[in-house]
Amino acid sequence: MRLPLTLTVNGEPVSAMVEPRTHLVDFLREALDLTGSHAGCEHGVCGACSLIVNGAMLRGCLMLAVQAEGAEVWTVEGLTESGAIAALQAAFLARNALQCGFCTPGMLVAAATLLKANPTPTREEIREGISGNYCRCTGYHAIVDAIEEASRA
Amino acid sequence: MKPAPFAYARAASLPEVFDLLDRHGESARLLAGGQSLVAALNLRLSSPGILLDINGVEALRGIGFADGVLRIGALTRHAELGADPLVARHAPLLARAVPHIAHAAIRTRGTIGGSLALADPAAELPACALALDATLVLASRGGERRVAAVDFFQGLYQTALRGDEVLAAVEIASRAGQACTLQELARRHGDYAIVGLAAQAGPPGAGVALAWFGVGGTPLRTPRAEAALVAGDLAGAQAALAGEIDPPADLHGPPALRHHLARVLLGRAAAALKGH
Amino acid sequence: MSELSAVDRPNSYIGRSVPRPNAKRLLAGRGQYVDDLRLPRMVHVAFLRSPHAHARILAIDSTAAKAAPGVVRVVTGAEMAAVCTPWVGVLHHLKGLKSAPQHALAIDRACWQGEPVVAVVARTRAEAEDAVGLIEVAWEALPAAVDMEAALAAGTLVIHPELGDNLAFQREHVGGEPDSCFADPDGVVVQATFHTGRHTGVCLEGRAILADWNPAEGRLTAYHSNQAPHMMQTVFAKHLGLREGDVRVICRDVGGSYGIKVHVYPDEMATAALARMLARPVKFSADRIEGMVSDIHARDHRITARAAVTKDGTITAMEIDDLTGIGPYSVYPRTSAVEGNQVVNLCGGPYGLRGYKARTTVVFQNKTPTCQYRAVGHPIATAVTEGLVDLAAEAIGMDPAEIRRRNLLPDDGYPFRNLANLAFEGLSHHACLTKLLAMMDYEALKAERDALRAKGVYRGIGIASFIELTNPSPFMYGIGGARISAMDGATVRLDPDGSIAIASGVTEQGQGTEAMLAQIVAGAVGVDLSRVRVTTGDTETTPYGGGTWASRGAGIGGEAALQAGNALREQILVIAGAMLQAAPESLDVRGGAVVDRATGAERLALEELGRIVYFRGDTLPKDLPRELVATRHYTPKDYPFAFTNGAQASYLEVDVETGFVTLLKHWCVEDCGTVINPMLVDEQIRGGVVQGLGGALLEHCVYSPEGQLLTGSLADYLLPMAGEMPDIAVAHVETPTKESALGAKGAGEAGTAGAPAAVQNAINDALRPFGARVFAQPFTPARILTALGKI
Repeated sequence: MRLPLTLTVNGEPVSAMVEPRTHLVDFLREALDLTGSHAGCEHGVCGACSLIVNGAMLRGCLMLAVQAEGAEVWTVEGLTESGAIAALQAAFLARNALQCGFCTPGMLVAAATLLKANPTPTREEIREGISGNYCRCTGYHAIVDAIEEASRA
Repeated sequence: MKPAPFAYARAASLPEVFDLLDRHGESARLLAGGQSLVAALNLRLSSPGILLDINGVEALRGIGFADGVLRIGALTRHAELGADPLVARHAPLLARAVPHIAHAAIRTRGTIGGSLALADPAAELPACALALDATLVLASRGGERRVAAVDFFQGLYQTALRGDEVLAAVEIASRAGQACTLQELARRHGDYAIVGLAAQAGPPGAGVALAWFGVGGTPLRTPRAEAALVAGDLAGAQAALAGEIDPPADLHGPPALRHHLARVLLGRAAAALKGH
Repeated sequence: MSELSAVDRPNSYIGRSVPRPNAKRLLAGRGQYVDDLRLPRMVHVAFLRSPHAHARILAIDSTAAKAAPGVVRVVTGAEMAAVCTPWVGVLHHLKGLKSAPQHALAIDRACWQGEPVVAVVARTRAEAEDAVGLIEVAWEALPAAVDMEAALAAGTLVIHPELGDNLAFQREHVGGEPDSCFADPDGVVVQATFHTGRHTGVCLEGRAILADWNPAEGRLTAYHSNQAPHMMQTVFAKHLGLREGDVRVICRDVGGSYGIKVHVYPDEMATAALARMLARPVKFSADRIEGMVSDIHARDHRITARAAVTKDGTITAMEIDDLTGIGPYSVYPRTSAVEGNQVVNLCGGPYGLRGYKARTTVVFQNKTPTCQYRAVGHPIATAVTEGLVDLAAEAIGMDPAEIRRRNLLPDDGYPFRNLANLAFEGLSHHACLTKLLAMMDYEALKAERDALRAKGVYRGIGIASFIELTNPSPFMYGIGGARISAMDGATVRLDPDGSIAIASGVTEQGQGTEAMLAQIVAGAVGVDLSRVRVTTGDTETTPYGGGTWASRGAGIGGEAALQAGNALREQILVIAGAMLQAAPESLDVRGGAVVDRATGAERLALEELGRIVYFRGDTLPKDLPRELVATRHYTPKDYPFAFTNGAQASYLEVDVETGFVTLLKHWCVEDCGTVINPMLVDEQIRGGVVQGLGGALLEHCVYSPEGQLLTGSLADYLLPMAGEMPDIAVAHVETPTKESALGAKGAGEAGTAGAPAAVQNAINDALRPFGARVFAQPFTPARILTALGKI
C-alpha cells in the first residue's frame, strides 16, 4: 500500500507515493537523496535524525512520512543552502566541534533550535539543549564551546 | 529495523475516528504524537493493521479554563503544556513536569493524551494526573464519560479506555496558588526516572497528594504516607511507604534501591512543599 | 644539505590548530557514509539472528520467506559455507590461545544471542526484515555458559567440546621478586577486587558494508565502514577464494569506529559472500538493535589485585589476577586474548616496582564476542593500578599526589624496561603530574572539598597516572601471523597547478587523520595548506598500510607522509636547480614557490615548475630526473611500541542520600610527543575521556542468567549525554620519540585509559568519611548506596 504525499522540503515542493510504514528520515534519505540526516537508532534516542518540521525540531525516525502531508520540512542540506545555520557551522568548524560527523546534522538542528529560543544560553543551558543528541566522538565540550561562540557572533 | 507493513488513515473529526474504529476494530491503533508508538513500530514490538492518525482532529486540541476547571485537549503537545499560561496558573505541577519529559525534540510531538493513554508507569504525566485528581474525558460515539485518574490507570499499560473510545481531554480543578513539586531521580537528563514523585498540596489545611512513578506497574498514590505527612510526621510518612509501594528489581537495582530513593524523594518533596 | 626539523621549517603547520579540511563537508550534510551510497541493482540483506544464547538448529523452513514480496534470495549457514570459508581467531605469539572455527552464518548451532543464522536478501531492507519474520527455525535450546566465574568449573557446559574446556588463553608473568615484597613484615598490603563492566562502542553510524561482485572483472568492491581497508582486503580474499589484488575495499566517511570497526564480523563477511553469489551489489547496514548484540563488546573483567607498600610510601609490588569472558569465539584476526594480555602488560606501568606478578585467564562464554575497543586493556589496568595506589596512600596516611610523586618512574630515567618487560623510550610522569596539579589547583581544590565536607556536601578528587601503548610495531599482530600491516606508506605528488595530492594507508574516522597528513606534508613540501588534498581509505589508490587503530595514525602514517613530503621537496629542488641554474642546496620551497634559501626571495612558482615539467619538458636537460611523485614508508623498528603517558584528575560530588554522582570537572595532561594539531589532539583526549566516563558511570551490557542481553537498546544501554558530562581541561607535555623525525606518538586512547580510574578514585575520596568504597564499574547509584550501607 502506498499513499500520495505532498509536502515542502527545503523550500521545494515534493510529491511522492510512500508506504505508510516509511518514517520521515528514511523518506528523505531514500526517496529524496537527502542523506545528510542520519538514522542512528531508529527508536528516538540518539537525535541524529533531528529535523525541523513546521518550525519545530523533531525526531525524523518518530514521525511517519505520511504524517508530513502539507508540512514544511527543513534538513541540514536546506539549512545550509539558506544560510540559516552558517554561524553555527563556522563555529563548529573553527572549534572542531565534530569528529566523525554522523551526529553533526542533528546536532546543528538542536543547536539552531536552542539559539532560536534562547539566543544567549549559558553552558548549562547549552548542555541541556543538546542533551537529546548523542555524540560519541567529541565528549560534547567542543560542541558546547562552538554553540557558545555562535551565540556571541 | 523497519516497521512491519500497516495501513494508515487520517481522521479529521471525532465521528471519523469512531467510524474508523468501528470498521477496523482491534487491528487499529490511534496515532497521536507517536513518540512511543512509532518507536515501538520501528522495533516491531507493535504491528497494528492500521494506524488512525488523530492529529487532525480539532476537537482534541486546545487548552481552556471555565468554571474553575482547566480543560486540556488530548492533543496538547508537551511543549505547549509547558508554555501555556493557563496551565502554569491552574496546574503548575504539569508545567514543572514538562522539562523532565525526554528531550526538546520529543516534547514538540508527544501529547498529554498519548502519554496518559499509554500509561507508562515510569512516565511523569500519568502520576501528575493522579496527584491532581484529574478527570479524564473519554469520548465515544455514544458521548463522553468522565473517569477519575485514580480509576483510569488499571495495570501495566492498562487503562479504563475502551476500544471504541478516544481520550479527548483532561480536566483539572484549578490548583492556583497551591503548593506542588515534582521530584525525580533519573540517571541522565530526560531518562525515565528510577523513582519519581508528583506531589500536590490542596488548599491550606487540606491534604497532600503523593503520586509516585517508576515504583510499580502503575502510577500510584500512597494514602498512609499522605496522612502522615499532613500530620507533620515526615518520618512516619517515609516509614509508611514501605507498605505502600512494591517496586520491582530491574537494571537499576533491587527493590531496596527504590524503597530507599522513595524515602529520600519524600523528604525532598516535603521540604519543597514547605518552602512553597 | 642541513635539514631543518619538521617543526622548524618556515612553512611548518606542525603545532598549529588549523581546522580540518574535510569537516566542512560533514557540517553541510555532505558526508558519504556507507548507507548513503546506492548502486544500480542494489539489494539489501537482513539477518535472522539467534534468539538463544546457545541452541542447536534442528531445521530451517524458509518457504514462506522465499515467497515474500521483494525477496531475492534466502541463504542458510550450510549454503553460505560453500562460498565463504570459516576462520579461527588465534595468533601464534599468544601461546596456547585456542578458538573454534567461526562461520559467516551459524550452521548447526548458534553460540550467542544475536549470532547471524539466515540471510535474507530483498529489494528493500523493510522487505528483507518482513521475510526474516516468516522464517521458521526449529531450535533446541541448549544449556548456556554465561557466567565467566563459572566458565572453568566442573559441570559448566564446554562450549566447544573439541577444545576440551572453556579456557581460551592464560598467561602469567612474574617480574622481580613480588613474593618477598609482600612478605616484608614492615610493609602494608592493600587489596581489592575490581570489576569493569562489559560495554561496547556504539558508533553512531552502525556497522555497514555495500559489497559488489563484478563477474566480468572478477573483482569484489566493498564500500565498508571500517578502519583497516587493507586488512579487510586480505580477509575477503582469503575467505572468498579470491586473490588480494581482486578485492578493493573503499572506506569513505566512517561514522565513528573506536576499534569497533576493525574486526571481522560474520554478517559483513556474509554480505560480501552474498554479493559474490548474486553478482550484484548487496548492502548491509546494521541497525541499532542488531548492533548491540553483534558489535564486539569489551572489558568484561574481574580483577583481584593487591599491592605492597612500605610505611614511608614506597610501593614495592603489585599482584594482579585477571579473569575475562570473551564470548564463544576469539574474534578474528586480532583475537580476543589481547585485552587480557594488555592488562598483564600494563598494570603497575607508571611505577618503579621491585616485584610484579600478573595473570590473565580468558574464558569462553555464550555472550556476544569481545575484542579490542578503544584503549584496549588500559582503562582496566589503570583503574586497578590507580585504585591500589590510592588504597596504599590511605593505608599509610599519605596524600594521593604525594605517593605518586614518590613512586612514578623518574623523568630522567629513560630508556627503561619495567618488570612487565615493557620498554619505555622516554616518559614524563612527573612533569605531567606537576602540570596537572597546577592546572586543577590541587591544594585549593582539597581545601574546598574539606570545607564542603564539613557542611555535608561530599566531593571527591581522584588522580590517575597512566601509560598508553601507541605506534605498534609488527610485534603486536604481524609476529603472530596476522596479515595486519605495521607499516604504512604515503605518496605525495605535485600536480602541474602547484597543488599537492597525498595518498596514505592510514584512515580517517573523524580523528583528523587527513588534516594531520595535510599539515605535515604542506610543511615538508612548502605549500599553503589549502593546496593539499588527501586520499585515504581505498586499497586501490593508497599505499598499502595498516589503517588507523592503536593510536598509530600520526606516529606511523604521519612519519611516512613527512618522509614522502621531504623527498618530493628534494626532487622539486633538483629540477628547479636545473631550471634556475642554481645549486639545489641554495634553494627551498616556501609558500608554494621555489625560493632562494638564504634570502627567501621567490625564484619560481611551483605551478610554473609544473607547467614546464609536464608540458615543456623539451626545454629541460635530457638527463634531468623529473619525478614529481614520492612514496615513502615507515614502520617502527627500535621499540615494539611507543609508550606515552599522562595523568588525569576528576572532581565530582556524590549525593550520599541517592548515590548519584555529579561530575564537576575533569583534567588531563598527556604526552604524545610532537603535537601536530593541538586542537585535534585535545579533542581526541576529550572524546576519549568521555568514553572512559561512560564505562565508569553508565555503560553496561547486562545479561540475564540465560544469556539474554537486557540492555539491548539505547533506552537501556546508557551513553554519556551532554547534560551529565563535565568540561574537560587538557594540557600537554611533549617528549618526542627519537625514533622518527616527526617525533609523534599516539593520543587517541589516552583519555579513555585514565578516566575511569580518576572517577573511581574521586568517588572513593568522596565516600572516605563513611569508610565506603566502590571498585565495580559502572559506579551506579545502587552500588554506591550499597557501599554506604543504605540499601
